[in-house]
Amino acid sequence: MYGKIHSIESFGTVDGPGIRFVVFLQGCPLRCQYCHNPDTWNTEGGTLYSPEELIWQFRKNKAFYTHGGITVTGGEPLMQINFLIEFFRLAKQQGIHTCIDTSGVTYREGDKKLDELMKYTDLVMLDIKHINSQEHKKLTGVQNENILAFARYLDSKKIPVWIRHVVVPGITDDEDSLYELGQFIASVHNVRMVDVLPYHTLGISKYKELGIEYPLKDIPPMTKEGAAEAKKVIGRGYKNFRKQK
Amino acid sequence: MDYKYKGWEGFEHGTWIREINVRSFIRHNYTPYDGNDEFLESATEDTNKLWAQVCELSKKEIEAGGVLEMDTDIISTITSHGPGYLNKDIEKIVGFQTDKPFKRAFQPYGGIRTAEKAVTDRGLSIDPKIKEFFTIHRKTHNAGVFDAYTPEMRACRSSHIITGLPDAYGRGRIIGDYRRVALYGVDRLIEDKIEQKETTRTAMYSEVIREREELAEQIRALQELKKMALSYGFDISEPARDTKEAIQWLYFGYLAAIKEQNGAAMSLGRTSTFLDIYSERDLREGKYTEREIQEMVDHFVMKLRLVKFARTPEYNALFSGDPQWVTEAIGGVAIDGRHMVTKMSYRYLHTLNNLGASPEPNLTVLWSVNLPMNFKRYCAKMSIESSSIQYENDDLMRFTHGDDYAIACCVSSMRVGKEMQFFGARANLAKCLLYAINGGKDEISRKQVGPEFQPITSEYLDYDEVMKKFDAMMRWLAEVYVNTLNVIHYMHDKYCYEKLQMALHDKQVTRWFATGIAGLSVVADSLSAIKYAKVKVIRDETGLAVDYEVEGDFPKYGNDDDRVDSIATDIVHIFMEHIRKNHTYRNSIPTTSILTITSNVVYGKATGATPDGRKAGEAFAPGANPMHRRDTNGAVASLASVAKLPFKDAQDGISNTFSIIPGALGKEDQMFAGDIDVDIDCGNGACFEPTLFDGLDFDEE
Repeated sequence: MYGKIHSIESFGTVDGPGIRFVVFLQGCPLRCQYCHNPDTWNTEGGTLYSPEELIWQFRKNKAFYTHGGITVTGGEPLMQINFLIEFFRLAKQQGIHTCIDTSGVTYREGDKKLDELMKYTDLVMLDIKHINSQEHKKLTGVQNENILAFARYLDSKKIPVWIRHVVVPGITDDEDSLYELGQFIASVHNVRMVDVLPYHTLGISKYKELGIEYPLKDIPPMTKEGAAEAKKVIGRGYKNFRKQK
Repeated sequence: MDYKYKGWEGFEHGTWIREINVRSFIRHNYTPYDGNDEFLESATEDTNKLWAQVCELSKKEIEAGGVLEMDTDIISTITSHGPGYLNKDIEKIVGFQTDKPFKRAFQPYGGIRTAEKAVTDRGLSIDPKIKEFFTIHRKTHNAGVFDAYTPEMRACRSSHIITGLPDAYGRGRIIGDYRRVALYGVDRLIEDKIEQKETTRTAMYSEVIREREELAEQIRALQELKKMALSYGFDISEPARDTKEAIQWLYFGYLAAIKEQNGAAMSLGRTSTFLDIYSERDLREGKYTEREIQEMVDHFVMKLRLVKFARTPEYNALFSGDPQWVTEAIGGVAIDGRHMVTKMSYRYLHTLNNLGASPEPNLTVLWSVNLPMNFKRYCAKMSIESSSIQYENDDLMRFTHGDDYAIACCVSSMRVGKEMQFFGARANLAKCLLYAINGGKDEISRKQVGPEFQPITSEYLDYDEVMKKFDAMMRWLAEVYVNTLNVIHYMHDKYCYEKLQMALHDKQVTRWFATGIAGLSVVADSLSAIKYAKVKVIRDETGLAVDYEVEGDFPKYGNDDDRVDSIATDIVHIFMEHIRKNHTYRNSIPTTSILTITSNVVYGKATGATPDGRKAGEAFAPGANPMHRRDTNGAVASLASVAKLPFKDAQDGISNTFSIIPGALGKEDQMFAGDIDVDIDCGNGACFEPTLFDGLDFDEE
């Protein structure tokens, strides 16, 4: 069995705990306007790797990953779920910490394969791009019901989750949405960390290379302070929700 | 216990009392420190005042174009200048190379032309009498070398296939055991050297004659050292009695060395744990407070930051700046298993806070998995804050050099006072590969520099053919290279002998014969391209290969890909074996290094296009680094490729220059610091510590 791999980052420090071996899978159904990896969208292409090859690459330098592990991201890794099941099953056999960075968009209720994959998954990093479904559709091309359902599914499976949210000026930084996002996070019980990231424009050069028009070209990057401010609003929503309970 | 000297009271006795043996003193007396950095003290008012004065002078120096003042009529020796101060009343540690700070000394013994040029390039001129003296009456190292060079050596030198040779300036790379001055006092060291001289062989063949002459020189240097210290009002004939004296005595030893020699790297050694023994005693006895001790360290380090030599713009271009390589090795683990981190290790690194970040002195942490966690965290923190710390693998080097070695320049390890090195610059292997293709003809000058082998004439390069020719060309290069160095070191010993530094060595010294490799990653990628892709040769009208077209992709060094990493490993081994086939001066042990940290730009400029697709004149990667932007799988894979290079064949060091934006080290300092404990025994995700992360840290507003 092979996975279509876009690239490998052997020194990932922001995609899960510790230093991580990060595998970028090729292919994504979303077209998020601020995506900084448009080169991973196309489901064709990528380099084929077997799970064994990747585990070997990891093991060669395992001393670096003492407190880390493997993260799959992309692209949308869950599009290659058969491959992931095999990859993570092998990883868990060897006691390696596993993490999926996903949008959750492929979620369907009663997905047996997903149940199987979750057996070998230690952490999910879930990217909630917008709490408002209509806004979500504008931003990514799809609504967010599946994604929120996926979060509840992870809650029911007791899989630890880190939530990521990118704050884009004028698109995802309105107070009501942030507050509501906080309330949603408080409504599930498996969220261990909330990471609020300022929108950046480092991906623009890739659009040029690919000959795609950049959708947010008039939007400035978000400041660190702005992201911290947004995190506070999410926190308020979170706390008030918990207080009411 | 009754000691001969007052300075030794309170110390645990050991072999060090009977013989000159600093390691024994350290082993019996040092106190490993497992705590954190909370004990450290900030800069005192006097420190700030002095540092402000230094910053002001630095500014003036930059405004003046890089040099503030220079001697033109005094030849620098250990005793050539009277005392110099920043502010005598508040300096806790004193001493400058000349009679004032920021004034560069005139040091012509390496070569009068280079020394003169350093002066004339600044719009000054040297005393004509001095020029006449060193041109007609007294030969320099440089003049000696050129008397003995063969035409082939000269051709290799001017075509830059051998490059950066220390044949016109001081070779450096020798570390005197400056601690001996503090521990024993100079009189005891002189006594020891007199005894060594009295016990040489009595049959007078050249080696014995040289040995006796050198010992006489060493004794004279030690006497001058005493005299120099006296000019500052210190009698250093007896052992230092407290921390302040220990630092001052030690610094006088180093100062004498840099007054005598303008070497390519004048490193300090491994002094922090040694000095900690004095400060622990003083703290115990209430003689000095922590604040006072930190102040002494700050003032000492300030002096080390002000080491300055007169150098030519060409020299500075080669080394990308004006580096002194005042390298100090910190930490490491002892043979008995105890780590060697002390409070003084922290104090040294803390100068980066008290005085601000600085590349000098080159603070080098000897890293081991067995260093205490608190210290690892502190190092990580200081690295993030200052970007001024170098790391070296103690677990690797301890195996060969024990637990009292230090680093000369950036990576050259040697036992302090027991081993020295003959610095040998480097051979340009990328150019050597082009010589193999062009039958020994230089691709830029078009001169026949190497042996006139049959050039490769095929349109596409064949791996086996190239390898066969390259191997033969490396063999030729190794021979002419080693012999060039033999000439250089013979003449340096003869005309520019490091008498003070060698006086702070044992009688029986192990000598390393250092060679070096430049362009390793270019060679590895070129051979990989030839093997795994197709490389078409572009020839000019004379048939000389001047460019290459690579068709298809190939594995590139720096991605943890064994197909190409094994080529790099093989090349290092093959070249080193060729080096070993040659006679080396003074029975020295040949080693090689892969460490062109800055000169990679200059070497690249002198080298034509290479079969990896690198264009003519383009910079090489520094040291053993992968070529720029060819390592595409992240830092671990890149480091893993470098780590495969065999230390046994590159014992003089393998360097990897690694820069990373702080954000790429994780979101908090804590994240990286917490993960820095690379522990091979643990080795998997089972050790994951979720408590290191901030979790749901929604702060109250």
